[in-house]
Amino acid sequence: MPKPFHTVLAGTLLLLGLWSPLAQALTITVASFPDLDRAARAALPRWRALHPDIEVKIVSRQYADHHTAMTAALATGSGLPDVMALDLRFIGKFAAGRGLSDLGAPPFQAQQLRAQFVAYSWPQGTSPRGEFVAMPTDIGPGTLLYRQDLMARAGISEAELTGSWEQFIAAGIKLKAATGAYLLADSTDIRDIVLRTGLAPGEGLYFDSQGRVLVDSPRFVRAFELGRAARRAGIDAHAPAWTNDWVAGFRRDKIASQMMGAWLAGHLKNWLAPASAGQWRSTQLPNGVFASYGGSFYAIPAKSEHKQAAWDFIRFMCADAETQLQSLRTLDSFPALKAAQQDALFDEPMPYLGGQRARRLWREIASQVQAVPVHRLDALATDVVRAEYELVVSKGKDIPSALADARAMIEHRVRRP
Amino acid sequence: MKSLLRQLGGRAAAPYLFVAPFFLLFAAFGLFPLLFSIVLSLHQWDASAGLGAMQWVGLQNYWYALTDPWFRSSLGHTFWYGLAAGLPQHLLALPLAYYIHRRLKRSRNFVVGSYFLPYITSSVAIALIFSTLLSKDFGFINLILPGTPRDWLGDADYAMPAIAFVVFWRYLGWNLVLYLSALQVIDESLYEAATLDGAGPWQQFRHITLPLLRPMIYFAVTMTIIGSLQLFDEPFILVDSESGVAPAVMTTAMFMYRMAFSYGDFGTASAISWLLFLVIAALSWGNHRLFGQAGGEHGR
Repeated sequence: MPKPFHTVLAGTLLLLGLWSPLAQALTITVASFPDLDRAARAALPRWRALHPDIEVKIVSRQYADHHTAMTAALATGSGLPDVMALDLRFIGKFAAGRGLSDLGAPPFQAQQLRAQFVAYSWPQGTSPRGEFVAMPTDIGPGTLLYRQDLMARAGISEAELTGSWEQFIAAGIKLKAATGAYLLADSTDIRDIVLRTGLAPGEGLYFDSQGRVLVDSPRFVRAFELGRAARRAGIDAHAPAWTNDWVAGFRRDKIASQMMGAWLAGHLKNWLAPASAGQWRSTQLPNGVFASYGGSFYAIPAKSEHKQAAWDFIRFMCADAETQLQSLRTLDSFPALKAAQQDALFDEPMPYLGGQRARRLWREIASQVQAVPVHRLDALATDVVRAEYELVVSKGKDIPSALADARAMIEHRVRRP
Repeated sequence: MKSLLRQLGGRAAAPYLFVAPFFLLFAAFGLFPLLFSIVLSLHQWDASAGLGAMQWVGLQNYWYALTDPWFRSSLGHTFWYGLAAGLPQHLLALPLAYYIHRRLKRSRNFVVGSYFLPYITSSVAIALIFSTLLSKDFGFINLILPGTPRDWLGDADYAMPAIAFVVFWRYLGWNLVLYLSALQVIDESLYEAATLDGAGPWQQFRHITLPLLRPMIYFAVTMTIIGSLQLFDEPFILVDSESGVAPAVMTTAMFMYRMAFSYGDFGTASAISWLLFLVIAALSWGNHRLFGQAGGEHGR
């Protein structure tokens, strides 16, 4: 064999050897939904600098489509991403199956990170079998956002709004008489928050730790009674969240407060009610309640082919303070990571909230929220309770009958083999 | 191509070769899902756990669906929509088509196009526009109606008629075009002969038009039955699925979707789809008895 050929061959092999790491650069797929995908995209430049050997491909679908697609992918085992973003409300359903990796088990050992996260967020990602299947990235400490200008016009103090539920409803009547505005978007806002109040340790919203149905407990009776009282007082706009009427209510100064996760302040500022900037304030939920609204998580499908890289990405998104702060700046999402909550950003005044340093309050709320376990039938129980509540407030059905019917309906489902 | 044909048996194989893509696609996207859903309806399956998690339960999913109050109420709502939205479609489309056929000349295409437009418009766009029009506090409908504003989409008593109206409005044009096309093939000499015999417009409609339209009525009503029993888009988009009123306006197709994708029970969802199929088949057979046989005779 002539020498030049040897030289060419050696050179080619050397080039191939040099280039092969690049040619075979690992690509992981992250399936996400708006606006969580924006946080991941914003974090990519830093990720590339830290992990030049792992490419990240973000596939984003609309909120409902994403969760439907993930259900189908887990069902068929095809089209699975390496990292799966999940909204809190879907965790129960996804955690009930065995399609997600246990992040608490080797090689992930996620429990080592537990102390770094807001206490209540960790159980939210834990399945009834005790497997930790979804890592929290952002949380929604519950707050009452209200229009300070409308309250001032009606002579309502913040103490009246945050006192007892009876005081809150009385304030709503006063507000309606003075300004014509509704204190609540929908009476279900009260119902839902009272349902989250006074849970026994280990008790879920609808099921206790033994899986027994709780929907006719005093907690539900109280929630239904207060919701009905608000409806009868005429202080709600009959506008469930995210509907056209809800959006119009904010824009036309017809809805004066909203109990929701702290992240709503970002939505109000960006698109719901930018015109009323400076007029909104944030405070504690009424009646001394601490609750959370929603949250986003990352999970790894059990059939993912690049679990280690996926885990690196999840840690980068969830357990890296700088990434979490960047998400906060990008989305106004509230970090689940406690280290991120200690940043000076939390002491900055928020112009949209009239210069209020609201993130301090939200941090305090987050530290007080109690963990609520999820159940695989939470989605069904939610629908059943909503339907019965509707019959109570609009058709006059009595509360004990409504709750008894709700219980029978949920038990019908629970009794399935 | 020639050599390929020769290898496969010459010209005789050609038709099979040309239709093969359809059958392959049908097998993959039509037949397989159909058969799989039968299998699925006999299993309990947690979809997020993969195909290996399927458990044989026999007819339990069917029994569970039949004893579920929401399945029964959803079936009731579906029938209600079928009657409230489907029946007027035909009662109005038929005389309207007759009027357009007999009276309108120059403006006919424009009028027919106008009626047909909702049918080809995206159901999502339609539902979004109507949800704005029907808004309680800010909607145009409440603005022009006297009295207390009605919660059109937040109260089942109003939401069901509102949805039925949207469905009726949307499919009226489709039926109109069907009847118009059938009217155009009726021999004009029949009307001329009837006129000579002294028959008036009503008698001509009653004794010539209606009998000769029977095959088309059979077809159009069958399509309405199938469409009504599968109604999904309009109620799904118009009524917020998270509101308490949603179960009170839920159709069977919506319940099937929720059973699968909200409650994660694909087995029962499949069973519901087959129960719905049986209902559609029974009603279509009834419709065949009513219009089809007589229509067939006239159609020969």
